Parts: sequence; structure tokens; C-alpha cells
Amino acid sequence: MEAIKTKIEVTEKERLPVVSEREAVFEARDLAVYYGDQRAIDGVNLDIYQRLITAIIGPSGCGKSTFLRTLNRMNDLVPAARLTGQLRYRGIDLYGPGVDAVEVRRRVGMVFQKPNPFHSSIYDNVAYGLRILGMKKDLDERVEKALRAAALWDEVKDRLKDSALGLSGGQQQRLCIARAIAVEPEVVLFDEPASALDPISTSAIEDLMHELKRDYTLVIVTHNMQQAARVADMTAFFGLDVSPDGNRQGVLVEYDETEKIFTNPSDKRTEGYVTGRFG
Amino acid sequence: MNEPAFTLKATGRLRRRQLVNQGMGALAAGAALLAVAVLAIVVISVGSRGAGSLNLAFFTQNQAQGFNPKGGGVLFAIVGSVVLVGIATLIALPLGVLVAVYVSELAPPRLARVARMALDISNGIPTIVIGIFVFTILVAAHGQSALAGSIALAIIMLPLIARATEEVLLLVPSSQREASLALGVSRWRTTVQVVIPSALGGILTGTTLAIARVAGETAPLLFLTSLGTSSTADANPLHPLQSLTLVIFSYSDQADPAYQSKAWAAAFTLMCFVLVTSLAAKLALARYRKKLGG
Ligand SMILES: Nc1ncnc2c1ncn2[C@@H]1O[C@H](COP(=O)(O)OP(=O)(O)OP(=O)(O)O)[C@@H](O)[C@H]1O
Ligand SMILES: [Mg+2]
Repeated sequence: MEAIKTKIEVTEKERLPVVSEREAVFEARDLAVYYGDQRAIDGVNLDIYQRLITAIIGPSGCGKSTFLRTLNRMNDLVPAARLTGQLRYRGIDLYGPGVDAVEVRRRVGMVFQKPNPFHSSIYDNVAYGLRILGMKKDLDERVEKALRAAALWDEVKDRLKDSALGLSGGQQQRLCIARAIAVEPEVVLFDEPASALDPISTSAIEDLMHELKRDYTLVIVTHNMQQAARVADMTAFFGLDVSPDGNRQGVLVEYDETEKIFTNPSDKRTEGYVTGRFG
Repeated sequence: MNEPAFTLKATGRLRRRQLVNQGMGALAAGAALLAVAVLAIVVISVGSRGAGSLNLAFFTQNQAQGFNPKGGGVLFAIVGSVVLVGIATLIALPLGVLVAVYVSELAPPRLARVARMALDISNGIPTIVIGIFVFTILVAAHGQSALAGSIALAIIMLPLIARATEEVLLLVPSSQREASLALGVSRWRTTVQVVIPSALGGILTGTTLAIARVAGETAPLLFLTSLGTSSTADANPLHPLQSLTLVIFSYSDQADPAYQSKAWAAAFTLMCFVLVTSLAAKLALARYRKKLGG
């Protein structure tokens, strides 16, 4: 009997810059993250390149969110979380002395799995960060620009003063993207941004990511391999490893151009995962 | 059809357990009923004695002097109560919210636990002890004043407001905080701009409950703001002022029945205020919780 294989189409992307021309935004070196005594990820060496979309895939619990949340120091909010190894952001040690997590998050924005608009108007949701961060000049223009960039402007331009909670889930998520890009970050992180959305909203978000790629570096965690294949230039596959002391930790198994990961992976585990045979 | 070889009816030990179960249930229901009955009896007896003396003059005039103790009212005590509780709220509300913000948003978990326990303990301190404390640090040197009374009431209110506020701050979903923090907004700004506004309804109802609670305080006021008070309406917090509770206390052991019935009327007024405000606050809080949760 022939094994049923989901065939994954890798979308044709504009030509990737050759390796020597890629500029690393993040460089993880032997990175490990702990929650208390439990090691969540270990020995991660990974470069994330400017103006590319990098997907992170892997089984549940392998530390994808953990890795993503170290990139903007969101994990600082978990009191038990700590980190060893090094993570550089454009050459600067992200966890070095004197680095302010608030400033890091200003530059590295984040969109979450569940849309989390504030309980205020559509306009105020986008203007919130701008007002607080002192980008109040041309506020209306900035809000419009962000909403346009998030492909939401035409749907909401006549009801900017309405509550954001009245929007559909997909619209709310695009509003959250608009809110994140309004403050002009350099990188935007997405943690399963479409997992709570219907297929049409999902494809709207994917189209949007292609647009955003021109101006931003994007990192997306996803469980949906078709999605990774459709949007990402580079794909990192994380797997689960059991170390001799019994700790289950996530490790980076393979990292390469998306095309290679899905059509010709060099690691058996990657192949098993992308073809639906786990192992 | 065959007779089944077993029965699903309760027999033996199960039957006995069921009887015990029913007995305990009835006992608990009886106790609950008793609690409600006590409240009803208090409300009815205070109402039947106090409601008769209520009239417009009671609320709008001051105590008539001389040979006509029947006339006039307790306006001075109502004004005094409002000043005492008002200033106490002005002190305790911002402080209580700050404490709650520290405990629920900023403090490391271990410190938060200690602070929470300290709040619970200060909640249990007898109010007369708080009265003595304020007496020694303020009144002994500067004499009695409504301000001293307000400070004592504020000390009583602070843990109540802080705990109530902390509880609603915890109800604010962490996704709301993360949304703001991920934009590069500081912890403090996030608290002020996002967390407190969504918890505002709960904070205000918690404060209302605290107001209802201290409006009935008497013990700490007795030696902070009761001597040499005038029986005309006065709102200067630097003077010692009367309050409804102090009036109940001093009128009720007067020989003249006219004073006694005024004491009942004041008790009835206070009771109605406390019942209505706490009931309204509790209803508002329940609705608000549902809104935040849903
Ligand atoms: N706040 C936390 N405190 C303690 N342990 C945590 C915390 N967050 C994650 N972990 C643990 O770290 C490991 C990795 O979790 P993480 O959420 O990063 O995985 P994931 O790959 O994103 O999983 P999923 O695909 O289910 O989202 C898990 O074992 C998890 O239990
Ligand atoms: Mg995750």
C-alpha cells in the first residue's frame, strides 16, 4: 500500500539573496532557555536574516514560542525563565548589561496567537503605541498608513471610532498587525498568527506577510506546514530531544531555505515531520 | 425477561450514608436560614423604632437646643460623617490602588505573597487599636480633629481597597498586558493605560464596599473626633466633628426619650445607607466580573 503523503507545494519566491549577501539580524549562539530547572530549548545556533520571512516549525512543546519570545525579551515576563548562550541583535548582545527590554520590544514587535485588541476603538488601538511612544505628529496619517499596510483600511475606514471588539477574528488579527507596525519596528514576530482564523482570513494574513516583507524582517511560528511553505523564505525545524538526565528539550534540527526543507531535507527527522511521518 | 440479580436502590451502608448526608444538609440549611433571620430581625427592629422619627427636619436641621429636644435633626452628624468618610476615601483610594498595582503587577512573587498576607492581617486589626495608634501619633500632640478620624478610617479602608483592587487586576487578561508591552511600552505605562482602565469598575465597587464598611465605624472615632464638637453643621476637617455613629452612641444613653428615638432614627439611616450601597456594589461587581470574564 502506498503511504498517503500530503504533497506540500513550496510557493515560488523572488530569488533569495545568495548566502554571502544575506544580512543577519539575529544571531543565536548555543542558546538555551530554562524555566526553573527545566530546559526548554538547548544548543540553538541560528541566524535570522533581514527582510526575509523565517518560519519556525516543529512538534508541540519543542520550544518554538519560547525561542520566539526570547527574540523580543517577552520571556522576561516569566519570572522563572532564564537563558544561557548568546543572542545578538544586529551585533548587540540582546541580554547584555544595560540593554533595556522595553527598547528591544520597541524595535522587535509581536503578534500573538489569539487576537488581543484593546477594549477601545479601532483608531485608538492603532494610535495607542504612537501616542505613548511620542510619535504623535501626523497621527491620523500614521494610523491610516498602518491600517492600509495591514490590508484593513478599506474595511474599517468608515467606522474608525467603533469598538475594535466588533470586528471579526480575522479583522481583529489584522488590526493587531496594524497596531504592531504602526510604531515602525524593525522586526515583527508572529506566534501562530492564523491558527484561530478561518481559511480566508488566513490567506489574507499570508498575503499581508508577503507585502510586509519589503520593509520588515518577519519571523513566524506555525503548525501549518503548508503555511510555512507558502510564506517563508527560510525554515527552521525544531525537534524534541531527550537528554541523558531525562530532560525533554527542544533543539534546532535543521535550518535551511524553505524549498530545501520541504523537498530535500538533509535530516531524517525533518523529512519525517514534513511528510507527516513523525519521528 | 429475567429478573436482574442486583438492585440499584440504596441499601445497607449506602442507605446510612444517605441519611447522614440528608441530616447534615438540613442542618446547614438551618444555619443559613438563621443567619438570614438575624439580619431580618435587626432590620425590622431598628426600622420599627427608627423610621417613626424620620422626617425632613431630621436630615436638614441641627439639634434644637434647650427645652425642645424633640425638634431639629442631625444634619451636623451627617455632614460630619460625609467629611470623615470623604477624606478617608481620598487618602485610601489612591494608596490602596498603588499597593494593589505593586502586589499584582510589579512585585516579585515572593514579596507579593508577603504583602498580600500583611494586607489580610491589617484587615483583621481591631479598629480600636488603629484608633489608639492614631491617637498617640496625632491627637496626643495636636488635639482631636476630624482629620485624625479620617486617617484612622483610611487605615481601615486601605487593605480593603487594596485587596479588592488586586482581585480585579488579576482578572484583566494577561493578553491585554502583553499587547501593550510588545509595543515597547513600559510596565508602568501599561498598568496605567491598559490594566487600570479595564479594572476601573471593579476598583470603584470595591471602594464603595469599603466606604459602606467604615461609615459604621465608631470605636476609633470616639477618642479622635468626639470632644468639644459643635452641634451645628461644620465641614472643617481640622475641627473635631460628630458623625452618625457618634450620635447614636451619645444619644442612646440620654435619659430623654426624644434623644433615644433620634438615636434609633440615626441607626436606621446608617443601616439603610450601608445595606443599599453594599448591595448595589456587590451587584455591580458581579456584572462587571461577568463582563471581564466573557
Ligand atoms: N511560562 C512557562 N513556565 C514554565 N514552563 C514553560 C512556560 N512556557 C513554556 N514552558 C515549557 O517549555 C516548553 C516549550 O514550550 P513552548 O510553549 O515554547 O513550546 P511550543 O513549541 O511553542 O509549543 P506549541 O506548539 O504547543 O505552542 C514546554 O515544555 C513548556 O511546558
Ligand atoms: Mg507555542
